[in-house]
Amino acid sequence: MIIGEQKPFKEIVRNLEGHETILVAGCRSCVAICLAGGEKEVGVLAESLRIHSDLNDLGWEVGEATVERQCEKEWVRELAPLVEEVDCVLSMACGVGAQIVQEMFPDTRVIPGLNTSNMGAPEEQGIWSEKCGGCGDCVLHLTGGICPMARCAKNLLNGPCGGSQDGMCEIDPETPCAWDQIFQSLKRLGRLDLMEENIPPKDWTPSRNGGPRTIVKSSAVLTEKEKRAREGLD
Amino acid sequence: MKSGSGIERLFERGRFVVTGEIGPPMSSDHAPVRENARFLKGYADAFNLTDNQTAIVRMSSLASSVICMEEGVEPIMQMTCRDRNRIAMQSDLLGASALGVRNLLCISGDHQVFGNQPESKNVYDLDSIQQLMVFSRMRDEAKVWGEAELVEGPKVFLGAAANPFADPFEFRVTRLAKKVKAGADFIQTQAIFDMARFERWMAEVRSRGLDQEVHIMAGLVPLKSVGAARYMKNKVSGMIVPDEIIARMKAAENPKEEGLSICVEQIEHLLTMEGIHGVHIMPVAWERKLPEIVERAGLLPRPTP
Repeated sequence: MIIGEQKPFKEIVRNLEGHETILVAGCRSCVAICLAGGEKEVGVLAESLRIHSDLNDLGWEVGEATVERQCEKEWVRELAPLVEEVDCVLSMACGVGAQIVQEMFPDTRVIPGLNTSNMGAPEEQGIWSEKCGGCGDCVLHLTGGICPMARCAKNLLNGPCGGSQDGMCEIDPETPCAWDQIFQSLKRLGRLDLMEENIPPKDWTPSRNGGPRTIVKSSAVLTEKEKRAREGLD
Repeated sequence: MKSGSGIERLFERGRFVVTGEIGPPMSSDHAPVRENARFLKGYADAFNLTDNQTAIVRMSSLASSVICMEEGVEPIMQMTCRDRNRIAMQSDLLGASALGVRNLLCISGDHQVFGNQPESKNVYDLDSIQQLMVFSRMRDEAKVWGEAELVEGPKVFLGAAANPFADPFEFRVTRLAKKVKAGADFIQTQAIFDMARFERWMAEVRSRGLDQEVHIMAGLVPLKSVGAARYMKNKVSGMIVPDEIIARMKAAENPKEEGLSICVEQIEHLLTMEGIHGVHIMPVAWERKLPEIVERAGLLPRPTP
C-alpha cells in the first residue's frame, strides 16, 4: 500500500488561499488504512477548515466526499457533480489520486492535502514502514525477502556497510539495518551462500531514471472497437 | 605492477607499509594541505586524502591529492559512493590517473545525515564493492562499465575499507572476501581498540587465505583523551572501544601520553601478527602526532619505494 501523512494544517490553509469553495476529497484505499485521507480524516479536516474560515471570516464553503479509489478514473468520475460546484479540490489521496482528479477535472485546481511518502505496510496500529523501492528489478529472492533498495539508507546491494551495529543502522539508533535483517533471514533460510555473491552494478533503466514508467499488458489492452463497445457507442 | 605506486612497490618487496591521513580543509586555500604534507613527509609511505569525511563539505580529495603530490607526498585518494554516479566516478578516476594519482580507496561513505548537508540527496548508484568491480575492470581490461573501450585505462592501486567491529560479525570476513574478489589490492581497517576481536577476525581471514590475496593494513586512531574514547564507543557506529581502554585512559595522569603509548603498543603487537602488511594511522584532529608515533614504534626511517 501507499503510505502518506497529512500536511500540516497551516500549510494546507496557506495553499488554499484565494479559493472560496473547496471540496475535500478522500480515498477509501491505502490512505484510509494509514489514517491520513479516509472518510474520517476528510470529515475532521473539512470541519477544521470550516472553523478556521469562521474564526477568520473567510467565508469558505467546504464540502466533502470520499471515493473508493482516487487512483482510478471509474471511481473519480463520481465526483463530477460535486467538483462542478467548487473552485478547488483538496485531495486527501496519495499523489497518484490527486493527479487523477486533476486529469479528470482539468479546469479545477487540485491541491494536495497529503505528503505521499512510500510503498510500505502497517507494522502495528499507528506505525507504517517503507518496504519497497519500486526499482523495477526485484532482488528479494537474493536478499531473504527484505528490500535493500527501500530499507537500506545507502541502498547497498552487497551487504551491510561499516556502520551496522547491533542490528541498527548508522543513521539513527531507532532504524534497523536492512542488511543485518537480510543476513539473519538468509541465515534462517540456510542461504548464507547468497551473501558471498558479488551483485554487479544495478541496471537502473527499469527505475525512474528513464522518466515516468508505463507498463503495458497487451493481452489486456482493448482494441478501439472494444473500447467503443464498452462505452456503448456501437 | 598494476599502478607503480610507491605503496604497491613496497608491498611487492614485502615491506611493512605505513599510511597516514590528511584531512582536506573547509577552505579553498591550498596552504593547509601543503603545510601538512610538508610536515608529514617521510613519516609515512602514503597519506589518505579523505572525501568529504562525515559528509562535511571540504576541498575535494582529488585536488588535495594533487597538492600533496606537488609536495612530494604520495596520496591515497578516497572516493565515496555517496556523491557520484558511475559516470562521475569513472570520469574522476581517469582524471586522477592522468594527474598522477596512483592509489584510490573505494568506500561507501558516511551517510549525509552526519554532515553539514543533511538535506542533500545521496547517490549510491554503485556500492563500494561494485565500485571496485568497475575500477578494476577499467584498469585491467581498459573498459568502462559496459563494453566501451578506453584508449588507455587508469593506472591505479585499488584500496578498500574493512570494519571487523561492525555487525554482523560473522559476515565481516565474507565482506572482505567480496571486496578481494571485486578487485581490492589493499585494505585499510577501521580503527582497532578491541584487539581480541581483531585477532578473531584475522584468524578467520587467514583461514580463508585472504591475507595471501590482499594487503591488509590495520587501522589505528591514537586517543587524545578519555572523552574521545567514550565518544567513539558511544557515538560512532561500527566502533568498539573496550572498557579496559577507557579505564586506562581515565586512570592516566597524562591522557595524551597514554593514548600515544596505547597506539605504539598496538603497532608493536600488529608487527608480529601474521597477515598484517602495514598500519594505517589516523590521528583524527591530531595529525601532527604521526611522526612521534611512527618513531616510537620503530618504523623510521621509511624505506624508499
